[in-house]
Amino acid sequence: MRIFDPHIHMTSRTTDDYEAMHTAGVRALVEPSFWLGQPRTSVASFLDYFDSLLGWEPFRAAQYGIAHHCALALNPKEANDPRCVPVLDELPRYLVKDQVVAVGEIGYDSMTPAEDTALAAQLQLAADHELPALVHTPHRDKQAGLRRTLDVVRESALSPDRVLVDHLNENTVKEAKDSGCWLGFSVYPDTKMDEERMVAVLAEYGPERVLVNSAADWGRSDPLKTRRVADALLAAGFTEDDVDQVLWRNPVAFYGLSGRLSLAVTTPDVTHEGNSILRGGE
Amino acid sequence: MNHHPHASHGSTANHPAEPTLAALHARLNTSLAPPARAWLDQALDEAADHPGTHGPISVWELRIAEAARRCGPEHADAARVLLLHAAHADPDALARVYRQGTAAERRAVLHALPHLVPGPDALPLVEDALRTNDTRLVAAALGPYAARHLDAHTWRHAVLKCLFTGVPVDVVADLAPRAHADAELARMLGDYARERTAADRPVPEDLHRVLALTEPTAAPAGPCGTDRTSGKES
Repeated sequence: MRIFDPHIHMTSRTTDDYEAMHTAGVRALVEPSFWLGQPRTSVASFLDYFDSLLGWEPFRAAQYGIAHHCALALNPKEANDPRCVPVLDELPRYLVKDQVVAVGEIGYDSMTPAEDTALAAQLQLAADHELPALVHTPHRDKQAGLRRTLDVVRESALSPDRVLVDHLNENTVKEAKDSGCWLGFSVYPDTKMDEERMVAVLAEYGPERVLVNSAADWGRSDPLKTRRVADALLAAGFTEDDVDQVLWRNPVAFYGLSGRLSLAVTTPDVTHEGNSILRGGE
Repeated sequence: MNHHPHASHGSTANHPAEPTLAALHARLNTSLAPPARAWLDQALDEAADHPGTHGPISVWELRIAEAARRCGPEHADAARVLLLHAAHADPDALARVYRQGTAAERRAVLHALPHLVPGPDALPLVEDALRTNDTRLVAAALGPYAARHLDAHTWRHAVLKCLFTGVPVDVVADLAPRAHADAELARMLGDYARERTAADRPVPEDLHRVLALTEPTAAPAGPCGTDRTSGKES
């Protein structure tokens, strides 16, 4: 089974996770830039983070046979901090990089005017750079947040078929599907979606334009949730082709809209002692 | 591309890992598909016509950023080195591309150094790469430019880092002449071997090979590249 996790924050995960993900069938992932738990206080923190998503993290992933791409953006939460907003001026020089396959995660957290501005500006940046966009829907007041998100998308230069609306659930899936956007579902141990509910949503709405992700990060989350959903789908009678569509072909098609997806993994030339992540004596 | 008259200036840096710019260009011309070759020709012309830095990002810097998706990841290093040369990138421009680059772009800048920078001005980039644990950057940092300019202490630590991180010492330019009769490097290697043995871990094969090169009685230090098959007698 081949799996593409279209939304996972590997910066916050260990090499054990990479190893377990590869064993479970994960061969490609997209790491969207996001909030680190501890608020940033300067643009420079973002730049080091972006550099890491274009440098060290793909190197770590390659050592475990996983192709790593990223989505870059100012996240919704920090769009409210005037010390962070100027990172928008730095984004254009990052959005031209080979491994950047989307603008994201953008969207709403608390639905403030500052978030309105950042969302609209970054949808425009995506259109300017011929990139699709990964749009997060808020955890609080999700239904209203989705409507406002879709309104801003409709008003933007980016066509809905280049937008992935993420963290959907039973209450928001229909409206998101009707909008023409791609549909993302995050499967978590306690919050967001779970495996069985995911099976029910796919049974009702079908696999077209649906992507399932673990959104694993520094919180309680599980980087193997993609595989658990695949297993639940097979157990519920979905075909291997359905599973391949949701967990591989759909994310390849969506991020492939960037023209920059490169799924071949070149393992660094390491001859002994495993790899540099073992650190030797450093 | 006859209007890139400096394309053979890298010939003094004739290391197996660092082909001349003319050879790089010839190889790309034969291996790139026609659309990629046309893209590269145009990008090189643009860079030659508008060298230097302009605004937040110059056109040739954009071309460097997109080289892998245009030429294929396997040809990106060579394309980027040629673009840096065509744009007459000086140490300041190279530092900017490195600092603003992905790991792949940084690697290309490191490969370009022996072709573009005659003096030690770009050493901070080599030192930055040697601080990382990304073996692709560590390997690229240890080409002919490092052989020429890196001070003894930093160079010894770089060799030791190769052994630690599994970078084959074959990538180290001028390994034999620089290691020759280096008693301090020999001591560091010996200490490392003892540490590995005490921990019941294998001693890297390459360590014995470098250790043999440090012997004052080792084969005379030839030009780089001639040491590739020697020193395996351990």
